[in-house]
Amino acid sequence: MSIAVEREQELLEAVGTIAREVAAVNASAVDRDSRFPIETIDALRECGALSSVIPTELGGDGISFETIAQCCLELGRHCGASAMVFAMHQIQLLSIVRHYERGSWFEQYLRDQVSEQRLIASVTSEVGTGGDMGRSIAAVIDVDADTVRFEKQAPTVSYGAYAHDLLTTLRRSETAEPGDQVMALSSQEQTELEPTGTWDVLGMRGTCSPGCVVRATFPRRQVMAATPFSRVAAESMVPISHILWSHLWLGIAEDAFDRARSFVRASAKRRPGEPIPAAQRLSHVMSELSMLRAEVESARNGFVVASAQPGREELSTMASALRFNNLKIAASEHAADICRGALDVCGIVGFKNDTPFSVGRHLRDTMSAALMIANDRIHNTNASLLLIAKEI
Amino acid sequence: MNEKIRQAIGDHARLGVDLDTLSDDADLYQAGMSSHASVNVMLALEDAFDIEFPDRMLTRTVFESIASIRAALTELQPSLAG
Repeated sequence: MSIAVEREQELLEAVGTIAREVAAVNASAVDRDSRFPIETIDALRECGALSSVIPTELGGDGISFETIAQCCLELGRHCGASAMVFAMHQIQLLSIVRHYERGSWFEQYLRDQVSEQRLIASVTSEVGTGGDMGRSIAAVIDVDADTVRFEKQAPTVSYGAYAHDLLTTLRRSETAEPGDQVMALSSQEQTELEPTGTWDVLGMRGTCSPGCVVRATFPRRQVMAATPFSRVAAESMVPISHILWSHLWLGIAEDAFDRARSFVRASAKRRPGEPIPAAQRLSHVMSELSMLRAEVESARNGFVVASAQPGREELSTMASALRFNNLKIAASEHAADICRGALDVCGIVGFKNDTPFSVGRHLRDTMSAALMIANDRIHNTNASLLLIAKEI
Repeated sequence: MNEKIRQAIGDHARLGVDLDTLSDDADLYQAGMSSHASVNVMLALEDAFDIEFPDRMLTRTVFESIASIRAALTELQPSLAG
């Protein structure tokens, strides 16, 4: 076995252990109290999982995208909120890894990340843009030759209060058009988060994502000015978000299915030979689960192949945008349907929050999936792309 | 050819600046064209030149400027070059 393969397996095993022994144990409390899954994130930090995707030439482990996706799935099986925090961190980190300029401040940031294991949150959505991540109102404002600042009204900032750094999208300058965006990375010390609301929600309660006014002042070199955000979005942030989210939703759905299956097995053992109506329902849920799994895996493999091509041209096409948009819509709907199906199988013991067959948290967590970049908004975009794209 | 391209952009790109002030190399997205508006520009160009852009050309880079659009159209229909 090569060293690279060994490293991938080591990470998967370490994250699997954390998922089972830390995330699962705290999942109910995280959900009930709407609190950040600090134990899980600390454990992931200790095993180096917050930097493992950084290429070896920058001192990282060069872990593959597939393995990171699998880690999201494993965490999702045990605590949806922990998985979402981990996934979002990887989305931010990969957006930097795939687009930083050699010799820039971001290169050093990535090198330092290996020893520092800083948690990165993002401020991409903005009040007043109608949920369109491709447009910004807040801008990079010049303070002096070397310093810039911004103020952004964010409708949600996931785990902002617990992150070491914030990755924010902004207009390139005060005179730039809304679509002319860049990314900026500011540290906790350089940034002020003023909460504008609370985070008492139906599901994914542990992501702690209240609205905030975000203000930051920092050196100009922390703006990734050489790469337009539109390119980062098309080639990395959007497809990676949809793929990693789908993996963790799949993980939640798999655990709900497993609970339903345990319930059916327990019933069968209690009354051997008698027909179990829930068993047939379970079969329907399994069909849906296998479709979700196939969709998630094929999109991930397609992304890995397209990423390996020179210039990643394929990822900038409309066909590619449609493909990953469709993944997001399908995965978010299927995952919630599977959890609902698992509840139907388990009945009242699934509905109760304190049995081995409880699927309430699974159902509530997956119901957030359709809202994160609202499916209606994605259908709207698709409708427009369908006017011109040819090979669907 | 440039005139017809500029016409399509003028009608559909909804730029934040005056199109006449833009050079052929100016970045249309930076000038305010949204992704949604760019789809309408593509449709108008397909109609005006009676061509169909294949999927590999439906990228941001191809529709970034008047010059890049002209290059794509010329590749699709070399007779347009003259």
